[in-house]
Amino acid sequence: MLLIECPWCGPRPEQEFTCAGEAHPPRPHDPSAFSDRQWSDYVVMRANLRGLHEERWWHVRGCGSWLSVTRDTLTHDIRTVSLIGKASSS
Amino acid sequence: MSSGWRLPAGGLIDRNRPLQFKFDGTSCHAFVGDTVASALLANGVRIVGRSFKLHRPRGIVGAGFEDSGPLIERRSPRQMTNLQPTTTPVEDGGIYRSVNTWPSAALDIGSVAQAFAPLLPAGFYYKTFMRPSWHVFEPFVRAAAGLGKTSPEGAWQPTSESRFAHTDVLIAGAGPAGLVAALACARAGVRTMLVDDSPWPGGRLLDDDLKLDSRPAAEWIATVVAELKSLPHVRVFARSSVWGFHEHNSLTVVERGPMDVVGLDYRHWKIRAKHVVVAAGAIERSLPFVDNDRPGIMQASAVASYLGRYGVVPGRRVVVVANTDSAVTLACRLKAIGALTALVDTRATTANDALHGAVVAAHGARGISAVTIRDQDGRDRRVECDLLAVSGGWSPAIHLASQSRKARTTYDDDLAAFKARSHSETLHLVGAANGAYATAACFAEGLAAAQAACRALGRPAADVTLPMSSEEAVSVGRPIWSTSVPLRRGKVFVDLSNDVTTADLGLAVREGFDSIELVKRYTTAGMGVDQGKIGNTSVIGAVAGLRGMPLADIGTTTFRPPFVPVEFAAIAGTRRGPCLYPWRHTPLADWHMANGAVMYEAGLRWQRPGYYLRAGETWQQAAQREARTVRDQVGVYDGTPLGKFLLAGRGVTALLDLLYVNDFANLRVGRGRYGIMLTDDGLILDDGVTFRFDDNTWLLHSSTGAADRVHQHIEMVLNVHRPDLDVALVPVTSAWANATVCGPRARDVLAALQPDFDASAQALPFMTTREGHLAGLPARVFRVSWTGELSFEINTAPHQAQEMWSRILAAGAPFGIAPIGSEANHILRVEAGYISTGHEVDGTADVIDLGMGGMVSKTKPDFFGKRSMELRRSVDPVRAELVGLLPDDPGAVLPEGAPLTPGGARADQEGFVSACVLSPALGRAIALGLLRNGRAREGETVHARVYDRIVPMKVGAPIFHDADRKRVKS
Repeated sequence: MLLIECPWCGPRPEQEFTCAGEAHPPRPHDPSAFSDRQWSDYVVMRANLRGLHEERWWHVRGCGSWLSVTRDTLTHDIRTVSLIGKASSS
Repeated sequence: MSSGWRLPAGGLIDRNRPLQFKFDGTSCHAFVGDTVASALLANGVRIVGRSFKLHRPRGIVGAGFEDSGPLIERRSPRQMTNLQPTTTPVEDGGIYRSVNTWPSAALDIGSVAQAFAPLLPAGFYYKTFMRPSWHVFEPFVRAAAGLGKTSPEGAWQPTSESRFAHTDVLIAGAGPAGLVAALACARAGVRTMLVDDSPWPGGRLLDDDLKLDSRPAAEWIATVVAELKSLPHVRVFARSSVWGFHEHNSLTVVERGPMDVVGLDYRHWKIRAKHVVVAAGAIERSLPFVDNDRPGIMQASAVASYLGRYGVVPGRRVVVVANTDSAVTLACRLKAIGALTALVDTRATTANDALHGAVVAAHGARGISAVTIRDQDGRDRRVECDLLAVSGGWSPAIHLASQSRKARTTYDDDLAAFKARSHSETLHLVGAANGAYATAACFAEGLAAAQAACRALGRPAADVTLPMSSEEAVSVGRPIWSTSVPLRRGKVFVDLSNDVTTADLGLAVREGFDSIELVKRYTTAGMGVDQGKIGNTSVIGAVAGLRGMPLADIGTTTFRPPFVPVEFAAIAGTRRGPCLYPWRHTPLADWHMANGAVMYEAGLRWQRPGYYLRAGETWQQAAQREARTVRDQVGVYDGTPLGKFLLAGRGVTALLDLLYVNDFANLRVGRGRYGIMLTDDGLILDDGVTFRFDDNTWLLHSSTGAADRVHQHIEMVLNVHRPDLDVALVPVTSAWANATVCGPRARDVLAALQPDFDASAQALPFMTTREGHLAGLPARVFRVSWTGELSFEINTAPHQAQEMWSRILAAGAPFGIAPIGSEANHILRVEAGYISTGHEVDGTADVIDLGMGGMVSKTKPDFFGKRSMELRRSVDPVRAELVGLLPDDPGAVLPEGAPLTPGGARADQEGFVSACVLSPALGRAIALGLLRNGRAREGETVHARVYDRIVPMKVGAPIFHDADRKRVKS
């Protein structure tokens, strides 16, 4: 069970969070500017790295923050946790 | 020596407390402290069970969790099967029997399986039992193979409780290294947990006749344990196993028979430790020789354990085969009690008065009676014996360290074993688990690890004076992975639990399953209850020999939890059924149940009435009655579980225009609009009606089952994709109870509730909302319909829900109101042709497929899913489209999912039935379905194929009632 250091709540167990997957780039503002290939890649392709990997976690059963977490997919080591979205600007 | 198998003195058992038990019907004697295994050995029981596949007679091999011998069943007290006899304490009056045998282990009818051994090579279930079909043979093979029968339903179940804990240092293993590490940590004042499998701490110190500072080792152990137990920040776990080493130093520990609570079978721990010291010891390997599985062939270390802990000597004429010094020590002890027949040293270099040579074969089908030794000159010699104590070498117990992913495993030539090297400052491997077998080295490494941990925790390390051990240097021999002699006859086992032989390994490699992970899965080596604790390294060694590669290049298989067998009941504890995953109840649940409702899940764990059963009704009759009530008079249902989200801020219109396929910016205050929400793959996430309360405040409804998905999706949009939008989102599903009044008399009911606002059709038309009072209670009314009738969703505060519900029923009584459940709801929505998530919204259909293409905004440059929906349609223009279906047989109610195939042939489907009900409005079966090119095929007959029945159905529009929606909008 992972221990995730929420910037608001401190180290909290994994069950309080929901993983929202790999931190692929935010949605483009104008998808029509993408070629079919570029758009398909944006929608379905993920790096799925072995090793350090940036992913998004939602502290849904905690403070509700959205976090960007750098985790090693091999060892589960978590290197960095930072706030994203609304929480980071408030 | 004494007349029996039990020495007159010695051991840790309580000789003042004798016990009686039965094994396979035979009465046996034991003492408190005995395991079933030690007691059976003390009673001279040789054959304890039959092997998994071949039904060969087997006996006790080890003395703990590493045992690869047979499993037993406890019939009484507290029936339980598949127990390891080496870890199961014997109980007074206990009745035990062997598993996988009939009528008993000694007389086993299934042993005829040995005659069929050629039919049962590795991977046999893919090969020899294929014609006519594996399924013909499966019941027989399954009945003959394997394990005990599980207890019947309602039988005794173990009790367990769960605990969470945090500690500074957790030490796995209370042998010499673990005890010193615990003592040093404890004295430094850090929170310390010491966990050991055995009821007695001490590990190998209990087995070997060692002196510490010239005193018996037991005295030193007692002193250390007494000090540990006296300290409040230390916890010593006995009969407990660290069975999993998970992420971020979280450990799972099962504590068996905690002494502090009467009647508690297990306590299951989840522990987060800042530092973990793995002092789990090492496991002794066997040696390859013909018939090396015979009863009476044991690990030398296990024989030492039975001597040291239980005062049992499992043989009177023992041959010890030593590839290590520890077995030589055992031989000396056996000699001293007159039980040693011969010591065979497989190492050419050591100087002792042993026979130097190799074991070629064991003899004696029902238990070892002799062994053939080949000396260094190649001469064979037969030595009579009744016990063979084998020490092939030691494998450090690296399982936990490997599970942690904080250590790298490599083959160490000097140790002739795989060794784990920690690359984390919080994981420490010490003692035999680290390949340091000498007691002095165990002490030193335990102390060093404790000091390192304390330093890292910012505590000054405490001083521990290490005792001097009487033990001499410990060395191991060159490993022996394969038999040097050509096999004449017989089997050489590498995995006793699953009956895997060297021949099976050879077959796997010859057939190309040569990677060690494939060898494991093809032969099942290491996949038994013991998980190959004794055999795995031998398997790797044998495969290395077969492939002509060094062991380092073969590598190990992946170590995964659990390290020891753990019962699900121990892990689950009280978290069963709704305690594990609680139900959600609406404030009206008590009323529903008191009024005949049959409740079940309506999605996301919400319990809702399925139907309200009246005397003499079947559930189908109840559903039809309720649906008719809504069509003819008026019904009311509990719509509380419907997902509700309050949205506020200047950015809500922009958000909704991004979320939904249709336009929201132009929605007027006080009105609502039905919307369909896609994800960026162009598929439907959910649908629902969103109302605008004022310029910047909105209420979004989701389906009951999709509420969590919708919540996460919107949160993701607001935080990741469009943090620039000024929107606050609050889930308010449970903040509002919802009673929906629906039917042609619904407005009469509303009027009878005396609203303090104008509820006429003009003032409160379809898709509007009003806030006010109904029957004197504050309420919010939405005009939405999911039944195809005039409908008012009355929302109230949860604490007033019961009162509002009662007043609605009272007000509606003159109009024939009745409560309705999900089944009637389903009938009504199919008649009305409303789509449902999970039925028509099946994860492949898009908005246009469902006949709602007109909703899709033509002016918005972008919304979620737009690009993908267009892209998908441009690539695959032939779509499955929503249609109505009328079976030719008006009574044919088809199951959901029934395939539509061309002409009803046994062919690929061209669609499926998504919902089929008996329509009270039409008095016949009606269905919705998705059909390729369906809209263009109106009037055609298609065929549903249900098992071998073919049902012709006429294609029509997906609406069966109130086609112009007059009643809904009335």
